[in-house]
Amino acid sequence: MGFLTQLFLHPLAWYHAHQLLAGQLGVDGLLGLSIWLTLYSGQLTLANAGFMAIGAYASVILTGGTTSTGPALAGVHLPLPVATAAGMALAGLVALVIGLPVLRLRGVFLAIATIGFGEALRFGVILNLGITGKGQGLNNPHATLTSGITPIWLSLLVLAYLGWRLTGTKTGYAWAAIREDPLVAATEGIPVARYKMLAFVLGAMVAAYAGALGAHLSFLIDNNDYSFTTAINVLVWAVVGGIAFVIGPIVGAILLTILPEVLRFTQNYREVVNGLILIAIVVFRPDGLITRYRGRRRRWLGRLVRRRSAAPPGTAPVAAPP
Amino acid sequence: MRNTIQQLLNGVFIGSIYALFGLGYTLVFGLLDVLNLAHSEVFMLGAVVTYSLVALHSVPFWAAVPLGIGAGALLGLVIEFVALRPLRRRGAPPITALISTIGVALVLVALIEQSKAGGALAWLWRDGANDVQFPPGKVPGRIFHLAGLTLPATKVAILVITVLLMLGLGFVMTRTGWGRAVRAVAENPRAARLLGINVDRVITATLVVSSALAALSGILFGLALNDISPYIGRDQVELRGLAVIVLGGMGSIPGTFIGGFVLGLLESITILTLGTDVRAVGFIALFVMLVLRPQGLLGQRERFAERV
Repeated sequence: MGFLTQLFLHPLAWYHAHQLLAGQLGVDGLLGLSIWLTLYSGQLTLANAGFMAIGAYASVILTGGTTSTGPALAGVHLPLPVATAAGMALAGLVALVIGLPVLRLRGVFLAIATIGFGEALRFGVILNLGITGKGQGLNNPHATLTSGITPIWLSLLVLAYLGWRLTGTKTGYAWAAIREDPLVAATEGIPVARYKMLAFVLGAMVAAYAGALGAHLSFLIDNNDYSFTTAINVLVWAVVGGIAFVIGPIVGAILLTILPEVLRFTQNYREVVNGLILIAIVVFRPDGLITRYRGRRRRWLGRLVRRRSAAPPGTAPVAAPP
Repeated sequence: MRNTIQQLLNGVFIGSIYALFGLGYTLVFGLLDVLNLAHSEVFMLGAVVTYSLVALHSVPFWAAVPLGIGAGALLGLVIEFVALRPLRRRGAPPITALISTIGVALVLVALIEQSKAGGALAWLWRDGANDVQFPPGKVPGRIFHLAGLTLPATKVAILVITVLLMLGLGFVMTRTGWGRAVRAVAENPRAARLLGINVDRVITATLVVSSALAALSGILFGLALNDISPYIGRDQVELRGLAVIVLGGMGSIPGTFIGGFVLGLLESITILTLGTDVRAVGFIALFVMLVLRPQGLLGQRERFAERV
């Protein structure tokens, strides 16, 4: 039976056939939420994969994960929630330390610096430390598999609700102001650096949380799961979904994670179709799938007018986030 | 000692490929403020096209190289018309152009890696995800020996080509009308348009030149390292190219040149002193550079302040 038909007609059967995918969807949704926090405050950071790795490795090591030569940390068997909290704390701390110098950068430069952080962490630290199993990865005998799925989706729902509520608070308004214009925000008395750091650290902790829960869906964790490709994927989800609302990146993550499964019928050319769809979405909905409703008539008019006198390159994007 | 010199020399050779690759990257970034993430796949396709012409269609090497470069230039047009121009027309935020070029990159890698003997693209590529090498004897492979050092002709040629192209491009950018037009568009597209510059044409031409350079560096890479696969772009140069343009200063041509050699030498030195994985070096250098001197080695502080 087709993937989608089954999903809609027999959701329970679908769930039993695709449990790992269901867990993965929730983890990807959490990652989308983590990058939304920084994008919403106008910062293009791509360190999420790195923080995800910190959460994943820390939680697996602390719950008694093993390297190929023996236990990673002999005698330590913390319960999963404690280990997860420790991973999140570590990620938040690292974010605080690297955020101090890095958050002064903006735009693509911030993106590149955070990519540099993620890959330096992977190649420089994870691949060289004995405790992380070097290149061999870690075995995770305490993987929770199916019982891990409910907590993942529950926390996604809770965090999405909190994120939505956050946009209406002082913090949310400060982030939006900084995104629109940091200089104006600063003259309004908003402590720009502090709010940027808050978004960055919160994003890092959510990413670490996603990493920890995701790692416990599998018996082996490998550094390749936290690479540049992952970081870019998370960004793609957010941009495709749109960042106006917290639900945007989550929807983007879920849609784009499910897309390759739906495209199975295209067989060998699955990735090709996947890429084409990505281009089409971005070209036809440059602000993302979920945007503020601006009124049908005005949009159509706007589109007609804009077609006549195309905005010169490099000028129009200035006003648009992020 | 001799080994040390040989390693440093290898660093210079590989650095010149990085520089050549970074050159096209930085041209587009300097003009549009867009990171063209399909650049590394043009690099890959340049190598693949040249390989297929030489190995599968018995085209002489010297005829295959210009065709490979031409294929790259054509891809530059595709990137412009499919991924960049529609977004400019809609006044989309610059980040979306990053995503659409990722889409192009995904499509290119998937097309090559799925292509096997008997498939629709078998005339171009038959080896799926595997690595191939240029058939020996069909490509120039002379090796010079000088004072106990090994100097393969291809690697020396790469160094010479990179230096010449760098000088040539520097000349075009600073001394010709076309170069002035490019710099004007980079500075302020609207003002450039008011002055009668055809902005779209300048951008298209830059994409074509940049992609031709990427294809050329891909061909040289395939030749010098004897390794061609659908993943050479993604795995070998995509992030190193970023490191190169950050080290040199984004948008700066001489900076990219120096950045390439700095990265190549840093990697050699790491191999010499630590003897381990060199991949971390570029990222650490990149990170440190952005934190300490974000405008890069040769970037200008004022222009950078405007852009950041």
